[in-house]
Amino acid sequence: MACFLVPMTEAIVTTVAQKVIEKKEKKAGVQTVTSADGFTMEKTPFSKKLGWLNKMLWGGSVLLAFEHVWHGEVVPYFPFLTAASDPADAAEMLHEMGTAGVCMAAIVTVVWIGMLVVSKSLEKRALKALPATK
Amino acid sequence: MTLLVTVFAAAITTAIWYKRQPDGSMKLGILSWMFWGASLMWLIDAIFEYAEIGAAYFTPEPADMLNDLFLGLSVVALALIIWIVILLIWDPKGVIKAKLLKKKEK
Repeated sequence: MACFLVPMTEAIVTTVAQKVIEKKEKKAGVQTVTSADGFTMEKTPFSKKLGWLNKMLWGGSVLLAFEHVWHGEVVPYFPFLTAASDPADAAEMLHEMGTAGVCMAAIVTVVWIGMLVVSKSLEKRALKALPATK
Repeated sequence: MTLLVTVFAAAITTAIWYKRQPDGSMKLGILSWMFWGASLMWLIDAIFEYAEIGAAYFTPEPADMLNDLFLGLSVVALALIIWIVILLIWDPKGVIKAKLLKKKEK
């Protein structure tokens, strides 16, 4: 009914957070890591990694919003959500946002956290492998 | 069906993105993220629907299947349009800029 609004709200918050972090990182300069053998690599900034989450949340919620337009649940006139005009439907809509919507935002965030862990270990492995590849 | 179409689109764009790295000039990453995000969200939608209707979820009516397939393809088309617009605005290869400058020279 309007489950896409939950990940969309998260997308707004993370986009603002990304802009703030990006500014701070620019002020701090490029972060590097050095291996035991003295090789230096540029670290992927956190703002860029947060961008992955943003793109997933924005992309997913926009495509999901299209599905809602397709099914006639979102309309181009007030109140924009057909369920909002009837109190019983509105309650059902809020319930769906609280269950499916929250789960959607959560699964995207959990997958992104998993990607952060994997990318961290890949960065470490790449740093270890550097002298051998030289 | 919509979930299936989106997952296939996500896997194909990710494979193309990987093949073209480290070039990245086609901004395929954006398309790939969009499809993965939508796939995850539709997966949750599917789980909730399965919890509600049970095994009937896997035996949809042909008309519903066709409608879902049509929706899935429309979603892919919309994502491609968004990607093309971003690509042309971003213009990583400078094609649009070169065209505009050429016009100015005349």
